[in-house]
Amino acid sequence: MFASFMANAWIVATMVAIVAGIVGFFVVLRRAAFAAHVLPLGAFPGAAAASVLGGNELLGIVAFSALGVLGISQLQRWERREVATALWLAVALALGTLFLSMTRRYSQGVYALLFGEVFGIRSALIAPVAVLGAIAITATLVLFRPLLLDSLSPELGEAAGTGRGRIELAFLGVLALCTATALPVVGALMVFSLLVGPASAARFLSDRPLVALTLSVVLSLATVWSAIALSYLSNWPVGFFVGVLGGVCYATGRLRQRGGPVPAH
Amino acid sequence: MRLLGLMFAPGFFSNAPVHTALLVGGGAAVVSAVVGVFTVMRGQSFAGHALADVSSAGGAASYLLGLNPLVGFLGMAALAAGGMEWADVRDARERDLLTGVMLGAGLGLTALFLYFAAVTGSATGAAITVLFGSMFTIPASIVPVALAIAVAALAAIAAIYRPLLVSAVSEDLAQAQGTRVRLIGLVHGSALAFAVALSAMTVGAILSTALLIGPAAAGLRLADRPGRSLAIAVLTGLIATWGGILLAYDSYYWTPGRGWPVSFFIVVLVFLAYLLAGLLARVRLRGVRLAAAQPSGCGQH
Repeated sequence: MFASFMANAWIVATMVAIVAGIVGFFVVLRRAAFAAHVLPLGAFPGAAAASVLGGNELLGIVAFSALGVLGISQLQRWERREVATALWLAVALALGTLFLSMTRRYSQGVYALLFGEVFGIRSALIAPVAVLGAIAITATLVLFRPLLLDSLSPELGEAAGTGRGRIELAFLGVLALCTATALPVVGALMVFSLLVGPASAARFLSDRPLVALTLSVVLSLATVWSAIALSYLSNWPVGFFVGVLGGVCYATGRLRQRGGPVPAH
Repeated sequence: MRLLGLMFAPGFFSNAPVHTALLVGGGAAVVSAVVGVFTVMRGQSFAGHALADVSSAGGAASYLLGLNPLVGFLGMAALAAGGMEWADVRDARERDLLTGVMLGAGLGLTALFLYFAAVTGSATGAAITVLFGSMFTIPASIVPVALAIAVAALAAIAAIYRPLLVSAVSEDLAQAQGTRVRLIGLVHGSALAFAVALSAMTVGAILSTALLIGPAAAGLRLADRPGRSLAIAVLTGLIATWGGILLAYDSYYWTPGRGWPVSFFIVVLVFLAYLLAGLLARVRLRGVRLAAAQPSGCGQH
């Protein structure tokens, strides 16, 4: 499990878990689970496009994440948030289907892109993932106060002079960065589990933002590490364990909350 | 005649897989459009999408076990919809989270089943078929079952039309009128599961959201009255689906030997219809404003 060919998996997955834990805290706070699902899934066509055109996969993912941010915020001018998100998803995936149909050699890659392929991580991926992750974390920390204020009480945020539209755009941007970091590692469908599961449990466990944020990162790390270990031992896909453990996190947090004091809403 | 020949590539009307695709796809489009209007009004777009994705676990399982895929998709969608209604979470944030966690767990199961299918070699390319659909490979034996499901879902919606509409606009108002809001939610949830399972079969689990939300959003943008919104949504869904099938069939002749995916054309048509609806709505709004600005008989406002 700790053989040298596994070193890349542990390193990259650890970085991804930290970023997802931090960004996930705000995903839960802002009720943005759908956006957290759609941005990664909508970025996966970027990888397919890169495969058709022969470009860099990560570059394609970054480009489509950015497109997703623009697309969702443009559609939000006309529609409710979730409808806008759903429409963007449809458009992005339609493009993805088209690109996929253009390359025949891609069928195996699709599975890896959607559900993750932790064990085949190349060393060349470590540096870009580290850079993207660092930018995502820095951006979140810089935006920490306005994001928190805007998420907890939009009226207060407005009064403090942080424009709602700008905050939402900035948040989607951070989410896109997190997507680009995590997608090549845990897959388009599993980035999402990692964003929502640990953070939702953390919120049940503490009312204080900084404590909850730390707990979110800890749980996220625990989820990823156990998923890799279990996947290594059973040979089952790592995405399965990430998804199920995310569910376990949430259920445990909820049960604990039901037993203990209920935070006021 | 020449023009018709250009529009419909040879054999379009005599091709059996095309017939099946037109029937099942049409049924899926109509049901999705009708259910979708209420889903958008109730603010359950995310839940609708989550159901579709979770149902793909059932689709993958049925590939693994050699079952009829419709059974798998429908079973899993019904299970998930039932679970969500049973949990009965009112708080919007909590519902968002629960939906998300369920979605994650469901996709995890999909990953596992697809992995088993690949390992046992029982289905090659199952991942693409389950997630992105394959309209032209639907077995003809499915048609009666698929249409029966479509009719059942439409009948369920028709039976609760009034109270469903009221509770979509205001749950409190519906409650004040003596409507059993939970029952309405349950029926709508079941119809949603039916619609999603059907369209997951045709355009694929991931893209069924396009058929559910796209036409409904277009209808709601263009018309103020629910009846008209429904009609526009159904028309949009049908035209996009049938048009998509036609274009995909024709595309075999554009790029010899390789067709373009049906799902791509359907979604593009749906999205174009949505943009067009927005444009028309804006033009009409401007017309109304102009009419209001015209000096009328009474002079003062």
